[in-house]
Formats: sequence, structure tokens, C-alpha cells
Amino acid sequence: MSAATHAQDHGHHDDHAHHPTGLKRWLFTTNHKDIGTLYLWFSLTMFFMGGVMALLLRAELFQPGLQLINPEFFNSLTTVHGLVMVFGAIMPAWVGFANWLIPMQIGAADMAFPRMNNWSFWLVVPAAILLVASFFVPGGAAASGWTLYPPLIIQQGISIDMTILAVHILGASSIMGSINIITTILNLRAPGMTLMKMPLFVWTWLITAYLLIAVMPVLAGAVTMLLTDRHFGTSFFNAAGGGDPTMFMHIFWFFGHPEVYIMILPAFGVVSAIIPAFARKPLFGYASMVYATASIAILSFIVWGHHMFTVGMPAAGNLFFMYATMLIAVPTGVKIFNWIATMWQGSMTFETPMLFSIGFICLFTIGGFSGLVLAITPVDITLHNTYYVVAHFHYVLVSGALFTLFAGAYFWIPKFTGKMYNESLGKLHFWLSVIGFNIAFFPQHFLGLAGMPRRIPDYALQFAEWNMWSTIGAFIFGFSQLLFLYNMIECIRSNRKAADNPWEGADTLEWTHLPSPAPYHSFETAPVVK
Amino acid sequence: MGLDMIRKASRNAALAAAALTASAAAHAAYDVDILPPGSPIAQQIYDLHWAIMWVCVVIFVIVFGAMFYSIFKHRKSVGAKAAHFHENTTVEVIWTVIPFVILIGMAYPATKTVLEMKDTANPDLTIKVTAYQWAWEYDYLQDGVKFNSLLATPRAQIEEWEKKGEAKNPDYLLEVDNPMVVPTGKKVRLLVTSNDVIHGWYVPQLGINQYGIPGFVKDTWFKADKPGTYRGQCSQICGKEHGYMPIVVVAKAPEEYAAWVKEQKAKAPQAAAPAQVAAGSPSTGAVATTAAAPAEDPNRKWTTDELKALGEKVYAANCVACHQATGKGMPPAFPALDGSKVVTGAKGAQVALVLNGKQGTAMASFARLSDSELAAVITYTRTAWGNKAGEVTPAEIKAARKG
Amino acid sequence: MGNAQPGGYYFAPPSHWPIVGSSALLLMAIGGVMLMNSVGGGGWIFLAGTAILVYMLFGWFGTVIRESEGGLFNKQVDMSFRWSMSWFIFSEVMFFAAFFGALYYARVYSLPWLGDADNKLLWPEFKAHWPSAGPYLPPQFSAMGAWGIPALNTFLLLSSGVTVTYAHWALRMNNRKGLILGLLATVLLGFTFLGFQIYEYVHAYADLNLKLTTGVFGSTFFMLTGFHGFHVTLGAVMLTVILFRSIKGHFTADHHFAFEAVAWYWHFVDVVWLLLFVFVYWV
Ligand code: HEA
Ligand code: HEA
Ligand code: HEC
Ligand code: CUA
Ligand SMILES: [Cu+2]
Repeated sequence: MSAATHAQDHGHHDDHAHHPTGLKRWLFTTNHKDIGTLYLWFSLTMFFMGGVMALLLRAELFQPGLQLINPEFFNSLTTVHGLVMVFGAIMPAWVGFANWLIPMQIGAADMAFPRMNNWSFWLVVPAAILLVASFFVPGGAAASGWTLYPPLIIQQGISIDMTILAVHILGASSIMGSINIITTILNLRAPGMTLMKMPLFVWTWLITAYLLIAVMPVLAGAVTMLLTDRHFGTSFFNAAGGGDPTMFMHIFWFFGHPEVYIMILPAFGVVSAIIPAFARKPLFGYASMVYATASIAILSFIVWGHHMFTVGMPAAGNLFFMYATMLIAVPTGVKIFNWIATMWQGSMTFETPMLFSIGFICLFTIGGFSGLVLAITPVDITLHNTYYVVAHFHYVLVSGALFTLFAGAYFWIPKFTGKMYNESLGKLHFWLSVIGFNIAFFPQHFLGLAGMPRRIPDYALQFAEWNMWSTIGAFIFGFSQLLFLYNMIECIRSNRKAADNPWEGADTLEWTHLPSPAPYHSFETAPVVK
Repeated sequence: MGLDMIRKASRNAALAAAALTASAAAHAAYDVDILPPGSPIAQQIYDLHWAIMWVCVVIFVIVFGAMFYSIFKHRKSVGAKAAHFHENTTVEVIWTVIPFVILIGMAYPATKTVLEMKDTANPDLTIKVTAYQWAWEYDYLQDGVKFNSLLATPRAQIEEWEKKGEAKNPDYLLEVDNPMVVPTGKKVRLLVTSNDVIHGWYVPQLGINQYGIPGFVKDTWFKADKPGTYRGQCSQICGKEHGYMPIVVVAKAPEEYAAWVKEQKAKAPQAAAPAQVAAGSPSTGAVATTAAAPAEDPNRKWTTDELKALGEKVYAANCVACHQATGKGMPPAFPALDGSKVVTGAKGAQVALVLNGKQGTAMASFARLSDSELAAVITYTRTAWGNKAGEVTPAEIKAARKG
Repeated sequence: MGNAQPGGYYFAPPSHWPIVGSSALLLMAIGGVMLMNSVGGGGWIFLAGTAILVYMLFGWFGTVIRESEGGLFNKQVDMSFRWSMSWFIFSEVMFFAAFFGALYYARVYSLPWLGDADNKLLWPEFKAHWPSAGPYLPPQFSAMGAWGIPALNTFLLLSSGVTVTYAHWALRMNNRKGLILGLLATVLLGFTFLGFQIYEYVHAYADLNLKLTTGVFGSTFFMLTGFHGFHVTLGAVMLTVILFRSIKGHFTADHHFAFEAVAWYWHFVDVVWLLLFVFVYWV
């Protein structure tokens, strides 16, 4: 431990000597690491809840016919699975990483608004309660798909109102969280930490936060209109009154498409940290990575129509959205090529974080390619709302966002806890995940090509075989995640002390300037970055 | 361009892949391809898909070939020393421009197809397709034929909760009572709409997937090349029976089609003017317009038993999904009809409810059923299970529609 | 207590306000859901939630004001506040964008479509022209004219923009009296605006048959002006707080971010009104 860090270590002792402990510590905390930890455990819990829903619905899909659950409940499972995974698992997990890492990576003491930071987290919890509790109200949970299209959503009961208000609260949380992150990044950087020196994770989160602030209010507006259409007699989405259900889709997807990049951009940041660390070679094309991320974000605002090729837009609309969507392949490709160029002529080792990152690059690209296939309007006509789409978005979300979350967790847990995880268990987790994942989701491409619609509890006989495999894969994948849980808990409890920088090639501030575990307040006096 | 070659190559590759997996599990249906196209647009979609797919495969092999080469050669365990380069404008420009050019190559044929798909001018035949929860109504605007099309698979094959269900039909869940019939080689224009929520009229082999949006009419078209049966399903989640809303299109030679039209007309006298769809206005509390009833012989006299027998059929097709065969419903979402106050109470209230539906709930208007069907199903519910209320006649329904 | 180092980061001490706020919102959500679905007791739960929220706002802002007046915030904190307020206003802009988007879409796309040839099948009688309540509802209502109250309201809000700028100028010049008078004028103009707005709503319901339920015209009209009015209310309340703080002697010529934040917000509300005036009332 260097002298400098020791001094800092010392400095904070007296200041948090009278910090509350126990439950109060977590309820009242204003510390970015505590809040990050809360976010991470919360999202892991939600991931398991969403996962159990997925396994239930996969179990029903094991065979044709209805064996386990009725169609209404099936639709609720699908809907809440989607909502919980998107808003409960992936997004909060990224905010958790942002909380832990951003202050450390830019040489700040904490986040800009510590109390608001606490509120952002403690708003997510009531929202999750509303979402999950909606399973237990009369009529059952929302059963409209996570996209909440009217008029179907108008027909259903109390649970829809709970879902809508949950979305409002989540929106407030995300907006506050993003304002906090942007302000921290723009205003609390250490001397010498210019924008173009920031680690890519910070860059990707800066852009993500911007996306969030731009689109969460739009989603809030959309669900507000749903609420007033349901209860106060407005006609936004009702043709009889001059409105249009399609209008909801436009507003929703104006939010929805940037939303999917909100889930993937931080992943790009994490991979851009891990690949150079394990290739022992600087990231190739730092500047072009920044520009590519920004281009993806900007383009994401003008592609939403690709979810709506079948609503009957005019030809010009279809063509515009098709071209804009295809364009996104260019900056995304730049990223893929940069990562591979980073590996090229490196000196690589393959610890768990690296394995998950490599798995990510391959499988995410498959998901990107299927996205490109869907972007071709005529092809989307045969594939829209089939299992091909389900395959596409699980390739980008599970082997995209989720795999990088795992990679990040393995990569930074030594810094978070000061302990080392079990490497062989990590590798086992990786291989079981990759295998289970591909068995679960690759066959869904074939189901989609053969015309199997999504969101159905029961299907025609020709779809039986691939569905069987898909369910088997889902269970392998699902149960492998228990390994991750075990590995994390075991790591925290173990006494395998981790070095301040256990990774030879890692060179961001949290590795070079801070001990493991990182002190409660990262940098009480800012480091000087050259 | 060599689209034909690509098509052949892709067929072969697909077949090879299928054969591979099939050998793993004999007799199983391991399809890995789009279903055989049945219309010119579907053919173009098929070719586009495989052309793009193969471009992606080639890129994938090149890019990940490079990555895995690097992974094997440049690993620390084989003594690789890390280089230190981290920028090269030339390669960066190259790998930005090349994908861009490839994309333009893909966009060009796709644009042609989009323009063709959207060209609905000069149809030979126009059919209005109206979606209901959960049935399709086909209205042949020129030929004056109009009917409903519902799932034909018996529920006993579907529900396996108590016991393993009956053996399933070969077209399990993809069979309907009255398929849409169209002439081959003719441009069929569809006017798709919906009565309640959004549905999707999706028949992949004809290259069509069009949402039916309540209150709006959206058009699309197809042309079936060869006689045959094309199956599809509703593509947009529309409530609990979304998975049970199949579509069947039977393409017949034009002469056979003409004969079919004649036959249909003989069954039911000339249909009335196009029905006005009740684009319900759940939240504004407006009352749904009652659709003009499908025409039928108004003078026919029905006995109570005839009504009950027909009613049971109508009930099985239209009501069981929610109110269940036992009449017990699935409370609290779907109330029981057995013992219900409405069903055992005054006739008028029940007739009005079934005719208009109840705004803001899943109970839709069933005005699309004929007078006798409505009379039958209401009579059935009033007399089935433990209910002992009186019958309702088609004449009473007719009167209710007017008032 | 937190510790503040001169020139360093201000470590906020642990705080119970956020969790109090979250409980408040949870109660409000539960109460709101119950209210909307006519479940008994919902109103009370909602009220309890609102009361807790108000309590939390007082407590939280009170803490921040004490910290600020206690000199715990340095230039960097001030800058953080500036960034955050700008981004917050940006998020508000996007919220209004959703509703303006709805107005645009309804006028430019869905209504003309409802009136086009294919849709004659469904709506044989409907002729699409704005203002419209759609093809199904009785169309007898009148739109709100632009040149009566709305024009007057435009004038009021624009003047209030001037008075708040005057107050700011006075503050910078250390002219406390000008500051207080300027703020007072702004607050009065703001509440007058609201009064007219309420009058206009009553007029719409009573005389024009223009209601929230009047098809898409009524929906967009009331939701846009309503949310704007709600923001004016918030802004006016915040201005009132600032007024009282000024009377108490808070703020100095070079340290008065709270004042500026509210002024920014007020200008934002102003700009939204101009857009409303043009797109909702005028064209
Ligand atoms: C993290 C989430 C994520 C990401 C990153 C993406 C990325 C992309 N998505 Fe995806 N998408 C979803 C999540 C995501 N998507 C979800 C959740 C849905 C469904 C929502 C619902 O209906 O419920 C969806 C649905 C969806 C649809 C609608 C399908 C339908 O409903 O009919 C479409 C259509 O265009 C699409 C396209 C794309 C494209 C073109 C990309 C591109 O960004 C991909 C770009 C990447 C590459 C192309 C690969 C790498 C590039 C190279 C190696 C360069 C060289 C390549 C070429 C020149 C080809 N997506
Ligand atoms: C955002 C991320 C995300 C993630 C991570 C996942 C993860 C998974 N998803 Fe998800 N999915 C979506 C987002 C996501 N999904 C979305 C947005 C939709 C669309 C919803 C809609 O249509 O509206 C969707 C829809 C969807 C469908 C289509 C449903 C339908 O159309 O009807 C299917 C079907 O296979 C599926 C499967 C799975 C599976 C098997 C996983 C697996 O990765 C899950 C892994 C499983 C676990 C992690 C479980 C671990 C638990 C145990 C091992 C049990 C332990 C037991 C106890 C403690 C009791 N998903
Ligand atoms: C989409 C599901 C669905 C279908 C299909 C359906 N109903 Fe209903 N039905 C409902 C719901 C939901 C209600 C409760 C409405 C309410 O909240 O009062 C209802 C209520 C009723 C009632 C009043 C019962 C009572 O006690 O309040 C009658 C009678 C009825 N339906 C008859 C029918 C008949 C006859 C059919 C078939 C022709 C039918 N329903 C088809 C969903 C359905
Ligand atoms: Cu009809 Cu799905
Ligand atoms: Cu998208």
C-alpha cells in the first residue's frame, strides 16, 4: 500500500466513526459505495425473481398443450419477466456499477449529490414492490407484454395502475440517478482528468445518463396518458375520440429504443476496461470508441419505427426507419473491431472476466446481426413478434448486458471487497452459462423463421422439438446462475486477500491509486492525473 | 445479382444443417428455414433474408477468425509479448467505410421490396378483415360473402391439467372452422382492422403481417401463386386467448373460387351493407354501435331444444375462453355465469350486455353474431348448469338491436 | 455531522429524508391506485402519503438551506447545482415533448387518417378537421380562442419574466428592496395567471362544452395546459419561498444559486407557455 493511499485511509476514520450501523446504515447512507452495493444486491435479487418467472414460462413451453399454468397467468409471467429484467435487474445493476466506479475512476471523493443518490436507490424498491405485488391483486399482474400497448391495457384491472405508477417512480429514480452521474462526471473530476482521459466506462455512462434523462420523461408522459385514458376519460389512444393506439407505440418506442442502448452502452464500457487489462495492451482506438458511443446514442433517437413495421406506416416511414436502423451497425462494428484490434498481438490470459468479455463479443455480434436482419423491413414482416425477435433480444440482453455484468462483477470484486473470488468456479460458471444460453436461445431463431409467435402459452406441433431444447437450455442456464451467487458470497466471506491490483494490465485510478478494498470515501484529496 | 445462386446455396445449407440435427433425433421436425414462400413478396423476403444472412455469416467468420487466431497465437501462455500500438487511422477508416458499403448493398434490394409491398393499387379482390377477441371476421366486399373464422381445435386437446390431453390433431392450433378462401394468381387486397384491441394478421408464407388497429383501416395485399393451404396466427398479444387465434387461407383456382362464392351465398342470403365496427370507446363511456347482424332467414322458427343445441356450440366457440365450459368462469377476472344474477335475471339486461359488451372490461360486444346465434347462446346460458331462466328468441334479439 | 473541508468535497451526513420520501411515494401510489379503482380508504392513504411528502420536502430543503447559509458549500458545489438544475429542466422539456408530440401526431396523422377513404368503412360520416373530438363523440364544442384570456396570460407571464430578471439584477447590485419588490411582483403575476387559468377552465366546462373527455382535442388541451399550470403552481410556490428567504435576509450578491434555479425554472415555464399559446390556442 502506497504512502499516499495510506494517508487517505487514515483521513476518513474519524469522519465516519459515528456513522450508523446495521439497518440504519443502509437506509440512511449517503456513501456511493454503500449505495452501489445496495443497487447490486437489489438487482441480483430481481434477476433471480425475473429468472424464476422465465423458467416457469419456459416450463409451460416445454411441450405443446397447457400443462402447468393458464394463458392469463402465462401472459402475466411474460410481461412481468420483461419489466423486472429490464427495470429491476439490468438497469439498477449498471447504476450500481456506476456508483461504485465513477467516483473512483475520475478521482472524486463521492457522488455530487449523496442524499439524492440514496433516494434514487430507495425509490427503486417501492417500485419493485408495486410491480411484484401486482401478482396478488384481483385479476393478476399486467398481462399485456412489457410494451403496455393500449387498448389491451385499458381492459385490464388494478395491476395496470400499479405497473404505471411503478414506472413513474422508476422514472423519477432514473432521472435523479442520471443527473447525479452527469454532474459528478462533469464537475468532480480530479485535476488533470480531462474528458478524453476518462476511462471508457465513465464515458459510456455519461452518454447513457444523457439518454436516460432524454427518454425517461417521455415514458412517464406515455404512461400518464395511459392512466388518464383508463380513468379520466381522455382519448389519446382511442380512435373514437380522434386518438390512435399507434400513437402510444410511437411514444413508447421513442423511449424504448434508446432504452435498449441504455442497457448496453455501460456494457461496452466494461468490456473496454477488461479487454486491455487481460491483453496487457492499451485499448485500440480510444477516441473512435468515444465517437462511436456518441453516434450510437444519437442514432438511437431516430430508429424507433423499426418496432412498428407492421402497423401500416407509409412506405417513406418504413424506409426511413430501415435506413437509420441499419446505420447503427457501423459504429457498433467500429467497437467490435477495436476490441479485436486490442487483443491483436497482446499477451492474453483468460481469467473469468476475460472469458465473459470474449463470450460477450461473439454472442452480442450474433444478436447484432439478427438485429440487422430484423431491420430489413420486408424480412421483419415475416419475423415480427416471432421467436426470432425473442432470440435477437436475448442475445443482446443476456449475452450482451448480463454477461458483461458478470464480467464486471468478477473483475471488480477484488477491489470492492478486498477478497479474491474462486477462479475455477468462475470459469465453470462461464462455460455452463455459454452452453446453457446457446441451447436456450439459438433454437429460438429457427422457431421464429418457422413462424412461431411470441407471447403464446401453447403452440403447434412443428415447434415442439426446438421448444423442448430451449427449455432445457433455459434450465441449465438458470441453475448455473446459482454458481455465481455462491461464488460471490463465498468470496465476500473468504479470507483470500486480494492485491491492490490483482490484474497485471489494469491501469485505471481505482487499481493504481487505491488499496483493496477501496476506502469508504474514495479520494478525499483528489489525485493529480498526468 | 446472383440471388438465385444464393437461394440454392442457402437451401442446400439449410437442408444440410437440418439433416445434421435430424440425424440426432429421428423424425423430429427440426426446421431451420423460413417456410416455403407462397407469394411473390414472400419469395423476395425469403431471398433477402438468406442473402443478408450469408453476408452476416461471412463477416462473422472473418471477424471472429481474426479474433480466435489472436486468442490462440497471442496468449501469454505461449509466450506472446504485448505490442503497444493503439491507433491507426487507415484501418479505422477502412472498417468504417466497408460496413457502410455493405449496408448500402443490402438496402437497395430491400427498398425495392418495400415499395412493392406497399403498392396496393388495382386489386382484383378486396377483403375486409376484422379482428375480434378472439376470432377473425372476413368480409368479401365485392362478392358479398361474410363470415367468422375461429379456432377449431377442441379444448380437450389443449387443456392437460387433469390428465394428459387427447391425441392432438396434426394441425393442432392452426385449424379454423371457416378458412379465408382466395383465388390463385389474383391480387387480393386486405383491409385490416379490429373491433377491440390490436391483433396481427400474420401468414408468413404469404409475406403478410399486418396489425389490425381498432378504429383504423390499414391495407396490404398478397397474391397466392399456387393452390394450397397457408396457415398463420395472430401476431400481437391481444389478451389471454392470443395463442388461440389462428388464420387459415385456402387458395383455390379462380373457377373453384367462384364456385365457393356461390355456395357461400346459397348458405346465407345476400349480406347487408358493410357492418359498422364498434370501435369501442371504453374510457369515454360511449356506447358501442350495434353492428348490423349477419343476414339469415328471418322466418325460421326455432324450438327451445334447437336453440340450446346451437347455443352450446356458439358458447363453446365464443365464450368458454373466459366463462369456462363449466360456467364457473375464472373469478374475479371472469365472472361465473352459473348462478349469475344477470343470467338468471331479466332477459333484457342480459341481451343488452352480450350485444353491447361492457365497456372497460374484457367482455366485448358480440353483436357480430347473428340473431339466432345470440338467442341460442343466451338461451343456453340461461338454462345450462344450475340456471333455470327462460329462453330468448331471435325476434327479441332483433328488437333489441333496433332499440 | 458531515465534514466540510475548505475547497474540498462536502461529505453529507447520513440522512433519513430520502427513505421518508420513498415511503411517502409508496403510500401515494397505493392510495392512488385504490382511489382510481374505488377501493375504500384509498383517499386517506393518499393524503397520508402527500402529507409525509410535504414534511419531507420541508425537512430536506431546510437541511440544504441551513448547509448553504452555514457556508458549507464551495464553488464546486455551486457548479454541481447548476449542472443538475439544467439537466433537470432538460428532463422537464422532454416530458412536455411527449404531450406536444401527441398533439402533433393527432393533428397531422391520426385525424386525417380517420377521415380518409379507407376509413369510410368504419366512420362513414366523419370529416377530419381540427379542432375535433374524433369520429365518435358528439362534436358540439368550441375550441378556446387565443386572443382573450390566453393572450392576456401570455402578457402576464412575459412580464413576470421581466420582473424576475429585475429582481435578479437588484440582488446582484445588492439592492434588497428591488429584489423583494421584483420577486413580489413576479409571485403576484404568477398567481394572477393561475387565477385566469382556473377561470378559463370553468368557462370551458360551463360555456364551451370543452372537457377533458372531449376527444383528442379536450385531452391534449387539458393535459398540456394542465401540466403547464401545475408547473406554474410549483414555480410560484418556489418563488414565494425565495421571496420569504429574501425577506429573511438570505442570499448575497454572489452566492444565490437557489434564486437562480427558481428563476431558470420560471423562464422554462414561460417558454413552454409560449409554445402552448402558439400550438394549442392559436394555429
Ligand atoms: C441491449 C439491447 C439491444 C441492442 C443492443 C439491440 C441492437 C439492435 N437491434 Fe434490437 N431489440 C432489443 C434489444 C436490443 N437491440 C429488444 C429488447 C427488442 C424487442 C422489444 C420487444 O418487442 O419486446 C429489439 C427488437 C428489435 C427490432 C424489432 C423487431 C420486431 O419486433 O419485429 C429490430 C428491427 O430492426 C431490432 C434491430 C436492432 C439493430 C439493428 C441493432 C443494432 O444496434 C445491432 C448492431 C450490431 C451489429 C450489426 C453487430 C456488430 C457489427 C459488425 C461486426 C460490423 C459489420 C456488420 C455489418 C456491415 C452487417 N431490434
Ligand atoms: C433484460 C433482460 C432479460 C433477461 C436477463 C432475460 C432472461 C431470460 N429470459 Fe427473457 N425477456 C426479456 C428480457 C430478459 N430476459 C424481455 C424484455 C422479454 C419480453 C417480454 C414481453 O414479451 O413483454 C423477455 C421474454 C422472454 C421470453 C418470451 C416469452 C413470451 O414471448 O411469451 C422467453 C421465453 O423463453 C424468455 C426467456 C428467458 C430466459 C430463459 C432467461 C434466463 O436468462 C433466465 C435465467 C434464469 C434464472 C436466473 C433463474 C435462476 C433461478 C433459479 C436457478 C431457481 C432458484 C430457485 C429458487 C431460489 C426458488 N424471456
Ligand atoms: C374476453 C373474455 C370474455 C368472453 C369471450 C366472454 N365474456 Fe362474458 N364477461 C367477461 C367479463 C370480464 C365479464 C365481467 C364484466 C364486469 O366486470 O361486469 C363478463 C360478464 C358477462 C356476463 C354478466 C355476468 C355477471 O354476473 O355480471 C354475461 C351474462 C356474459 N358475460 C355472457 C357472455 C357470453 C354469452 C359470452 C359469449 C358469447 C361471453 N360472455 C364471452 C368476459 C368475457
Ligand atoms: Cu389476436 Cu393476438
Ligand atoms: Cu429498437
